[in-house]
Amino acid sequence: MALLHTVNKSPFERNVISDCLRLAKDGSAILLIEDGVYAALEGTSASDEITRRNGSIKFFALGPDIEARGLSEKSLIEGLTLVDYSGFVDLVEEYSSVQSWL
Amino acid sequence: MEDFEDNEFDGPIKKFMYVNRKAPYGTVYALEGLEVVLITAAFDQDVCLVFVDDGVFQIKKDQETTGINMKNFSPTYRALEGYDVEKIYVEKESLESRGFSEDDLVIPVEILSSAEISELMDAQDVIVTF
Amino acid sequence: MKFGILVNEGPFTHQASDSAYQFTKAAIEKGHEIVRVFFYHDGVNNSNKLADPPSDDRNVVKLWSDLAAEHGVELIVCVAAAMRRGINDDLLAAGFKISGLGQLVEAGIIGDRLVTFGD
Repeated sequence: MALLHTVNKSPFERNVISDCLRLAKDGSAILLIEDGVYAALEGTSASDEITRRNGSIKFFALGPDIEARGLSEKSLIEGLTLVDYSGFVDLVEEYSSVQSWL
Repeated sequence: MEDFEDNEFDGPIKKFMYVNRKAPYGTVYALEGLEVVLITAAFDQDVCLVFVDDGVFQIKKDQETTGINMKNFSPTYRALEGYDVEKIYVEKESLESRGFSEDDLVIPVEILSSAEISELMDAQDVIVTF
Repeated sequence: MKFGILVNEGPFTHQASDSAYQFTKAAIEKGHEIVRVFFYHDGVNNSNKLADPPSDDRNVVKLWSDLAAEHGVELIVCVAAAMRRGINDDLLAAGFKISGLGQLVEAGIIGDRLVTFGD
């Protein structure tokens, strides 16, 4: 049993990703959606927090939200996987339950 | 509250966790979230309530809302026991980082560490955050 | 798999309803069943048929109505949240129905997963 967490806030405006990381167990997955995708950027003041858990938590970001925000050509955190809405559905199916960090 | 009779739905019992992460009054989430918890009790499910992050502000005692002309719904938390919602947890780290202790709270709760809350969260069928 | 969907924000101000719509559509296309979409908090405003965005923008209310018409998706608007916000049967767009909060809990019980979209 492992959870899929979704985070939809920019790490530069709210600390939701920190709240999520504090309570996300190893083996769980975090999907960044909406403004949450800004946390996927590499080399920002927010990225260390994520890379520290890289490997023990699987990180995903919603591709359509990345593209919409003009981030397609930017470097993303290593090991982070992009998914589309269909991939989002697959993740929900794969993990035992979903916790949306609103 | 809406009427919802006991045993109206005859199905499996699932583990429901309501995660309260938001302070009261500034937004409506805490109040309307509490309404969902009360309704869930009528379905005889395995319900637990967790207060983390700013959600711990919801159960601060001594709330007095006359001055903002909004309904003080904090007494409703004391009614949860009567609805058989007895698993109420507060994350120790959230409480302490806000300078609060158990004595500040309007209801008796079980204080759990982040790790314990994580374990509990992992075991749920349905998690709803308000 | 059976999915329940919870939408907690209205259309246009937050992306939540758009994300929920895209997720729901993708789930249907993959052959999953949508138990119901439940609209709560300001999410009840997604049912307002008077919504009339500029023609070069998507109409979120209509998108949901079309999804209900094409795939029989149940769109339930919480009665208590709707009353607070002045949404009643006269305002409901096609495919939406007003019902109790119990419908949300039931979606959690019947569904294999409940996915929440909000702020």
